[in-house]
Amino acid sequence: MTTPQAVRRASPRARRTVTPPDPARSLLPDVEPVRLLAENGTPLPARADYPEPAAEVLRELYRRMVLGRRFDTQATALTKQGRLAVYPSSRGQEACQVGAVLAVRDTDWVFPTYRESTALVARGIDPVEVLTLLRGDWHCGYDPTEVRTAPQCTPLATQCVHAAGLAHGEAYQGRDTVALAFIGDGATSEGDFHEGINFAAVFKAPVVYFVQNNRYAISVPLSRQTAAPSLAYKGVGYGVPSEQVDGNDPVAVLAVLTRAVAHARAGKGPFLVEAHTYRMEPHTNADDASRYRDGAEVDAWRDRDPITRLETYLRARGVLDDAAVAEIAEQAESYAADLRTRMNEQPTVDPLSLFDHVYAEPTPQLIEQRELVRAELTAARAEEGDA
Amino acid sequence: MATTMAKALNTALADALAADDRVVVFGEDVGALGGVFRITDGLQGRFGEKRCFDTPLAEAGIVGFAVGLAMSGLRPVVEMQFDAFAYPAFEQIASHVAKLRNRTRGALSVPIVIRVPYAGGIGGVEHHCDSSEAYYAHTPGLKVVTPATVEDAYSLLREAIDDPDPVVFMEPKKLYFASAEAELPTRAEPFGRAVVRRPGRDATLVAYGPAVPVALEAAEAAREEGWDLEVVDVRTIVPFDDATITASVRRTGRCVVIQEAPGFAGVGAEIAARVQERCFHALHAPVLRVAGLDIPYPAPMLEHTHLPGVDRVLDAVARLQWDDQPDARWAAA
Repeated sequence: MTTPQAVRRASPRARRTVTPPDPARSLLPDVEPVRLLAENGTPLPARADYPEPAAEVLRELYRRMVLGRRFDTQATALTKQGRLAVYPSSRGQEACQVGAVLAVRDTDWVFPTYRESTALVARGIDPVEVLTLLRGDWHCGYDPTEVRTAPQCTPLATQCVHAAGLAHGEAYQGRDTVALAFIGDGATSEGDFHEGINFAAVFKAPVVYFVQNNRYAISVPLSRQTAAPSLAYKGVGYGVPSEQVDGNDPVAVLAVLTRAVAHARAGKGPFLVEAHTYRMEPHTNADDASRYRDGAEVDAWRDRDPITRLETYLRARGVLDDAAVAEIAEQAESYAADLRTRMNEQPTVDPLSLFDHVYAEPTPQLIEQRELVRAELTAARAEEGDA
Repeated sequence: MATTMAKALNTALADALAADDRVVVFGEDVGALGGVFRITDGLQGRFGEKRCFDTPLAEAGIVGFAVGLAMSGLRPVVEMQFDAFAYPAFEQIASHVAKLRNRTRGALSVPIVIRVPYAGGIGGVEHHCDSSEAYYAHTPGLKVVTPATVEDAYSLLREAIDDPDPVVFMEPKKLYFASAEAELPTRAEPFGRAVVRRPGRDATLVAYGPAVPVALEAAEAAREEGWDLEVVDVRTIVPFDDATITASVRRTGRCVVIQEAPGFAGVGAEIAARVQERCFHALHAPVLRVAGLDIPYPAPMLEHTHLPGVDRVLDAVARLQWDDQPDARWAAA
């Protein structure tokens, strides 16, 4: 037994020497989101932990953001013209979408959601292929193995587990691939987000989980998704380091993601990043955002536009000038014009192709059904011929 | 050599692991413990922790992880510990495992085997004895396979692992430790082929998984009543073998479909419908179903009330209008 007196004598020293280090501290994000540019585009003090990307990288970031914005505007217009069945815009989230994609290699794998169309075109995927599903076709458009990008995922958060498995499988086979999994604020409430990040942590799989917190899950605000101080704090419970970043600061997003990807590639396991951003448009063209949010709120975020912010900064640094901005704008216009032309062509769809990829080889029942459809089509054509 | 189905499954996994470096086996308690039914017994010791490993206790995670591993080129074989424990994984199975090939036009395939110990007859408590095959069979893109013999357990599991498509491999728990003569390795009939387990002239009993031994026992007992019954083992629910079953029923003119799962909207209903569509003019009686009751799987003390047994099968056979009179059961309706 220790006497109370002994405790009093021993305790000051014991407190200094015996207190174990807090294992959670290193996993926690900064209290404030990382920010390297102020909202008006002026640089903030440099941070040793998040070095600023090189000027030519920032110029490319700007270029792809401008192209991405133009693509998004064009896709929204095409939807109004009836060329797309539905379109979930990512306007206002270009810093996140493009910054994240620029942080990974072509040989890495990206796991997008349905809102990542801008990210996918920034990754270099043909925009017509990106819009294939939204156009109303039955497949994802691009070849995922060729562009190392999974099909855009609609079932929320389910891709988080795929990313863990893919990353583990790649490491298992001796490849240094990183998986970048996109997810939104609402989907962090889904079980698969937690299972994915937990699997990645347990197997030390090289995954970067990138949460774009755009403050709404269709109409439901963030306050109904979580009581956590921020979504980045969800990492600590799984032993996963995390960071939060100003999602409308393109320089900060790229810097934070670059570090997260390096962490994963170095074999240290997954990393969680939360970007604070805002969905400028409704959930999709079919949604009416005025029923659940205030115009003044949207206006306030319009003033934090990520493209304007980066342009102001790069002009001040002499990385961009009027001529460069005009040239990039022109590229964006011809990109959109090309997209418009190609999307205005009526796509050809073959009903018989519906049976081609259900299984590697169709079952006898599918062969029967295909013949039934073939007969229907032949009859319909014959009728057309008669008419 | 006398072997159990459990041992045959274990041997199939070991042989697949030895034959192909891409095969990995994982799930809950499959490592050091060797699985609660010991189907993975010794695999971790023999092949190492990289190839046979335990995971966090999360079924959606297990199946979703397998999707990612398959995308990277591996061939995952996962164990769902019990039928009802697989339900958390259903979204991954229905929305991704079943559809990934289709939505990528064949660019990505997910050759995953999802092993599901299923059905009852073992005195299991609630949530341990569901017959969940219809959920999977109803989902295009999945193959659904269930062995009823020791030889098939080995052969179908090896084929499932080799198959380019995802396979839900349903293992009848009550047959795990039944023993039979079997030489392993062996390869039986391929996927998509039903097998006549017992030839007969008077009526066809169609069964799969745990109902096959019941059908065989019923056929044996029926001899005393003067009926010579044929027993067809479906083996692979998807792909389904219409040809073998149709040929049998056209021969016998009568058919009873037996399943352990609740009858309503079950696989047996599908089989009965298909037989009637294809064999109407050869039938001397309506196709009857003998199935589990439409109740949640009952407590161990009452499971014999639920399970379709020999007597219920023989009652159904007796109702196959041998005297060309309408079935009295429906007279009041």
